[in-house]
Amino acid sequence: MARNASIRRKLVVTAFAWTVGLVIFFPILWTVLTSFKTEGDAINIASFFSTGWTTEAYSVVQSRSNYVQFAMNSVILALGSTFFALVIAIPSAWAMAFAPGKRTKDLLMWMLSTKMMPPVGALIPIYLIFRDFGLLDTRGGIITVLMLLNLPIIIWMLYTYFKEIPGEILEASRMDGASLGKELLYVLTPMAIPGIASTLLLNIILAWNEAFWTLALTTKDAAPLTQFIASYSSPEGLFWAKLSAASTMAIAPILVLGWFAQKQLVRGLTFGAVK
Amino acid sequence: MATQQTRTLGKLAVSPSVLMLLMWMLVPLSMTIYFSFLRYNLLDPNPICSLLTPGALLDAENRCLAGFSNYSYFLTDPAFFKAMGNSLKLVGWVLAISVASGTLLALLLDQAFYGRGFVRIMMIAPFLVMPTVSALVWQNMLMDPVSGFFAFISKSFGLQPIDWFTYHPLASVIIMVAWQWVPFATLILLTSLQSLDEEQKEAAEMDGTPPLSYFWYIVLPHLIRPMTVVILIETIFLLNVFAEIYVTGTAGPAGNLPFLVYQYGLIANDIGGASAGGIIAVILANIVAFFLMRMIGKNLEA
Amino acid sequence: MGTISLKNARKAFGDVVIIPGASLDIRNGEFVVFVGPSGCGKSTLLRMIAGLEDLTSGAILIDGKDMTEAAPSKRGLSMVFQSYALYPHMSVRGNISFGLKMAGMPKAEIEAKVAKAAATLNLTEYLDRKPRQLSGGQRQRVAIGRAIVRNPEGFLFDEPLSNLDAALRVNMRLEIMQMHKDLGATMIYVTHDQVEAMTMADRIVVLNRGNIEQVGSPLELYNRPDSLFVAGFIGSPKMNLISGKPAEKFDAHTIGIRPEHLGISLKDGTWSAKISLAEHLGADTFLHVDAGPCGMMTVRAAGEYDAAPGAKIFLTPEPDRIHRFDKDGRAIRK
Ligand SMILES: Nc1ncnc2c1ncn2[C@@H]1O[C@H](COP(=O)(O)OP(=O)(O)OP(=O)(O)O)[C@@H](O)[C@H]1O
Ligand SMILES: [Mg+2]
Repeated sequence: MARNASIRRKLVVTAFAWTVGLVIFFPILWTVLTSFKTEGDAINIASFFSTGWTTEAYSVVQSRSNYVQFAMNSVILALGSTFFALVIAIPSAWAMAFAPGKRTKDLLMWMLSTKMMPPVGALIPIYLIFRDFGLLDTRGGIITVLMLLNLPIIIWMLYTYFKEIPGEILEASRMDGASLGKELLYVLTPMAIPGIASTLLLNIILAWNEAFWTLALTTKDAAPLTQFIASYSSPEGLFWAKLSAASTMAIAPILVLGWFAQKQLVRGLTFGAVK
Repeated sequence: MATQQTRTLGKLAVSPSVLMLLMWMLVPLSMTIYFSFLRYNLLDPNPICSLLTPGALLDAENRCLAGFSNYSYFLTDPAFFKAMGNSLKLVGWVLAISVASGTLLALLLDQAFYGRGFVRIMMIAPFLVMPTVSALVWQNMLMDPVSGFFAFISKSFGLQPIDWFTYHPLASVIIMVAWQWVPFATLILLTSLQSLDEEQKEAAEMDGTPPLSYFWYIVLPHLIRPMTVVILIETIFLLNVFAEIYVTGTAGPAGNLPFLVYQYGLIANDIGGASAGGIIAVILANIVAFFLMRMIGKNLEA
Repeated sequence: MGTISLKNARKAFGDVVIIPGASLDIRNGEFVVFVGPSGCGKSTLLRMIAGLEDLTSGAILIDGKDMTEAAPSKRGLSMVFQSYALYPHMSVRGNISFGLKMAGMPKAEIEAKVAKAAATLNLTEYLDRKPRQLSGGQRQRVAIGRAIVRNPEGFLFDEPLSNLDAALRVNMRLEIMQMHKDLGATMIYVTHDQVEAMTMADRIVVLNRGNIEQVGSPLELYNRPDSLFVAGFIGSPKMNLISGKPAEKFDAHTIGIRPEHLGISLKDGTWSAKISLAEHLGADTFLHVDAGPCGMMTVRAAGEYDAAPGAKIFLTPEPDRIHRFDKDGRAIRK
């Protein structure tokens, strides 16, 4: 009896949870569905499910000569900024985890505090510096900004992962005659692969979706998908299917990464305050 | 722990990131502070203000020192009050919505049901959506007064569709920003709920604690800390909402403080005024950051 | 070749002094054991010798050369850690050869050395496994293999056997002693297990709160402890320590007598005592007795001693086995 009651309860909860989940997910689902419609069908919800499906919108978006370039830029900016940030952050996190000084904690806190600074406080000078050095709308410039933007989170996350590695193993490598570079490259990094991968994942998500600096500092050559999507805000004619197709392509990779990165999102975005 | 040698190496190893972050923090901030005391317009970089106001002080590039006039101008601009109000309303509403529904959703996801993993990723997904995408999808396909999905629902119930962005621009922005941040709150609160000791749950079940008092006396106190973390972190991000306003073109009615600074600077080219606004935003954010850092710092000791 | 000298080596973490100043000369090929209670600074001292911890003042000489500032890998020493500290992502082969690779040794030579070390340590069939696929004893061997291949002047062991079960521990102890004989290298071995210390050491260094209390061969420490601390630490069961009236009769503040140096009689003796508990170990019986003014004492009786709790017995110490100490705990010698 009790067993039947608990199964019934589970079924009720299941139905309710799926309903709520689908409501929350609906805008994304709708976007994906709309992307497989013709422009005419896309605005006609009454007959949405009785009209045909097509990948026409994707072909149109793809063939707009510059879509590929925007997508490429997104990939390059996300990967580039993440790569450079890791190269700088791994030695720093190593030092803070394995050779801490009296000031290490203050240093960590200070790094976090740089993340709290509102971007508008730096917008004008950065814009002027970029303009004067010809960095506006260049990939190098944006990669630098995105790297600096996420460096504190990366260092912080790596630090929490490195803390879980026993220091004796690194000391063993020192006894074995490994220099710092080799200790980092052959011992620490391979041991911390899961932590580094998580960090990488989170940073790619953050960089991919970053939409203040990319909107303010790029126009065309270095513009990523955030900017490409934003260009639909001044449309001509019917554009929902195209918008949906472009949007689907812009968010799909991140949704997949996010699936893997749920735990890391929590750890990274709360700076270890919630694990 | 380590030898002097390793510590020296350690200092070398942290110095690149420290130097870069120091520059990233200090250079723009000090420039912003400096600009905020200048009469400085990009369209007219060297105004002959010394001729207009005899005795005015000039800097090395012949720009007039403006004293606090940028601040007083920015702070008395009616647009500032509007933007400030919008900023606060946006932050306040989104916080209220996300903490309340985040708690409920986390409690729901903490139950046993079929397909929990899948439902969880559906609920988290909005947080992973690019802000520009979410803004345009909401503005067009959902909230469009003629062919949007909401209009379709209203019409099928025989109601007048709401013209969201024309008549309720701020509410529209709040709804779509909340849609993005509810998942964040849910995720954090869920993580925290799941760390609530299994034994504690079972003990309460054995004692026959009624669900409501279990929630009130055991779950809620446990969630206070992560809720505070959610509030502080969301505040930091919500104070800086930009893309949604930029893309939906709701700058006038729903523009917030960051957007006003952007308008001053990159649209009106008034660098002095924009810088003053930027500094005001920095001060506001620091007040929030102060509390957040204290919480995280405490956690670091443990 | 392989001598290690500490010259007033001192270590403080901030204001906390861990090693107030240690001086010690270790001869080439010697097996030296550091013992002492937990937290007395054994590991710290060992790590100072290894170069993983620097000295606050003083010097360390290896082979007569001042190595106080030298990097760990430049000291010609290998270390075996308590946790083994194997590289979890490398195979056994990778673990053993890492140091050689870092030294830039040619591949063929590395292969030969690894093969040889693996053969001596019975690891040949495990060379391609990862550490987590090995048993505790096998991991221990890998850690030793990693230390051996570098052909060091000296080995440093930090409680290498404490994670193994009792039977394996005895085995490994013998293997390490055999290895010491074969290699003839200097070895410093840290333990808090005094049986290990007594059985393995050429010389034992007893540490107490970072101070070297006494250095000597196991029997020297057993027979002639310099201080109450050493007397109490070396020997099992512990030496009986008696102070007050009974000690004054021997012109000492405290006297010590080992359980195995007390004669038992039912008729007469120096002290009378009441049996409160008997531990039967088969070969021996340990009697815990209440000896009135002398306090609680432990006595060893050979074989199976039939003792009823509450029974009265008399104890007589062997006169030349009585250790006398002054009120600072220093031994009084004639
Ligand atoms: N990095 C450090 N900072 C401050 N104190 C330390 C540090 N490392 C060790 N100590 C202190 O030094 C003392 C000696 O530690 P050590 O590890 O050498 O003891 P040990 O004799 O090896 O003990 P055990 O038998 O438990 O391993 C301890 O009191 C310890 O708390
Ligand atoms: Mg130790």
